[in-house]
Amino acid sequence: MVTDTTKEEERIYDILRKVKDPEIPVLTIEDLGILRGVSIDNGELIVKITPTYNGCPAMDMIRRYVLLALEEEGYENARVELILSPAWTTDWISEEARQKLKDYGIAPPQGDSRDKRSLLGLDTKLECPHCGSEDTVLVSHFGSTACKAQYKCNECKEPFEYFKCH
Amino acid sequence: MNQSLFKYSLHLGDNALIIGHRLSEWCGHGPVLEQDIALTNIALDFVGQARMWFQYAGEIEGKGRTEDDLAYLRLERDYTNCLLTEQTNGHWGKTILRQYLYDVYNYQLYEDLMESQDERIAAIAVKSIKEIAYHREFSTDWLYRLSGGTEESQQKMQEALDELYHYAGELVEHFSWEQELAQQGLIQRRENPGEAYFSIINHEMDRAGLDVPYDRPMQTGGRTGLHTEHMGFILTELQYMQRTYPGVEW
Repeated sequence: MVTDTTKEEERIYDILRKVKDPEIPVLTIEDLGILRGVSIDNGELIVKITPTYNGCPAMDMIRRYVLLALEEEGYENARVELILSPAWTTDWISEEARQKLKDYGIAPPQGDSRDKRSLLGLDTKLECPHCGSEDTVLVSHFGSTACKAQYKCNECKEPFEYFKCH
Repeated sequence: MNQSLFKYSLHLGDNALIIGHRLSEWCGHGPVLEQDIALTNIALDFVGQARMWFQYAGEIEGKGRTEDDLAYLRLERDYTNCLLTEQTNGHWGKTILRQYLYDVYNYQLYEDLMESQDERIAAIAVKSIKEIAYHREFSTDWLYRLSGGTEESQQKMQEALDELYHYAGELVEHFSWEQELAQQGLIQRRENPGEAYFSIINHEMDRAGLDVPYDRPMQTGGRTGLHTEHMGFILTELQYMQRTYPGVEW
C-alpha cells in the first residue's frame, strides 16, 4: 500500500511540475522552487507550495493553476497548503532555469542569498541578457513584479529586468 | 487562548497594514515611474506581512475571524499600530523619512523575532527579513540622496524630521504584558531595544547633516488604540468596500 501511495504521489508531482508561473511563463513552479511537495494523507491529496515574496499576487493564481492541472487529470478535492518554512530563496533556482530566464530576456539572480551584499544588490555586476555586454547599470531597485529590479545596458541601450537575489 | 500572543500578532499586523496602506496611496502619484513602482512594491510586501500576522492572530483567537475580518472590520480604538505608521505621506522626502525611521526599527524587530521559540513567529520573521533589509537599503539610500542634495531638499528633510521624530519613540515602547511573552521565549527582545534603535537613528541623522529635535517629547498612544486624527480617514478609505458590500471578495 505504501508503495502505491508513493507512486501516486510521484505521478501527481509529475503533473504539477509542468505548471507554469503566471508572471514568468518560461519557468515552471518547480523551476522556481515554489512547488514543495505532494502527499496523500488518509486519502486526502495535499499539495504544498511556498510563496516567493510575501505579497506576491501570483500565489492565488498559482493555487488555481495547481487545482486546474489536477482536475484535468481527474484529481478533485485537492488541498493546496501554503507553507512558510523553509523560507523561499532564489538559491533553489536551478542552473537550467537560470539559462531559461536569460534566454527569455531576464537576467538571472546573482550570488548567494546568505550574502548580504548580493541580497541588497550591492556590487551586482550583470550581463545584459540581450547583447551580453557587462556595461550595465541599475535603474531602479524595484520592477514590474516583487521579484525583479530594473537595469539598462549602456552598450545596446536596451532596458532589461533582473530577477533579484533573495 | 494566549491573549498576549494574540494582541502581539495583531499589533504586528496593524503596523504592517497601515504603513502598507499609506505607501499604496502613492500608486499613480510617484515623482517618477520607477519610484512609484518602488513604493507600491514595498507596500505589497507590507500587506503580505500583515496577512500572515492576521491569519495567525485569527487562529490564536480561535473564534473564526479571518484575516479580512481583522483587517477591515475593527473599530479605530481596536487598531494598535504605532502613530508613525499612520502619518500622512506629505512630499516624497517625508515619506522617505517616515519609511527610514520605520525600516530601521522593523529590521531590528524582525531580527529579534527570528529567534522566537514560537515556530510560526520565527517562520514569518525569517520569511520577511530579506524584504525588510531591502526596504531599509532603499530608504537609507534616498535619505542620503535627499539630505545631501540641494538646499531645498535638505530643508525639506529637516522639516520632515521635525514633524516625525517624536513619533519614533513609540516604536520601541515596551509594555508589561510583552514581558510575559519574552519570558516564554515567544518574542525575543534584545537588552535595550530603544537604545539600540536611537543610537542608529541619531547617528545616521547626524551623518546626513540633519538636526535631531531632541527637545520634543515623544508622542505615544497608538499601541493602546489612541490614534492621531489621521487614523479615521485611513479607515474610512480602507474599510469602505467591506462596509458598503459586506463580505465582498476580490
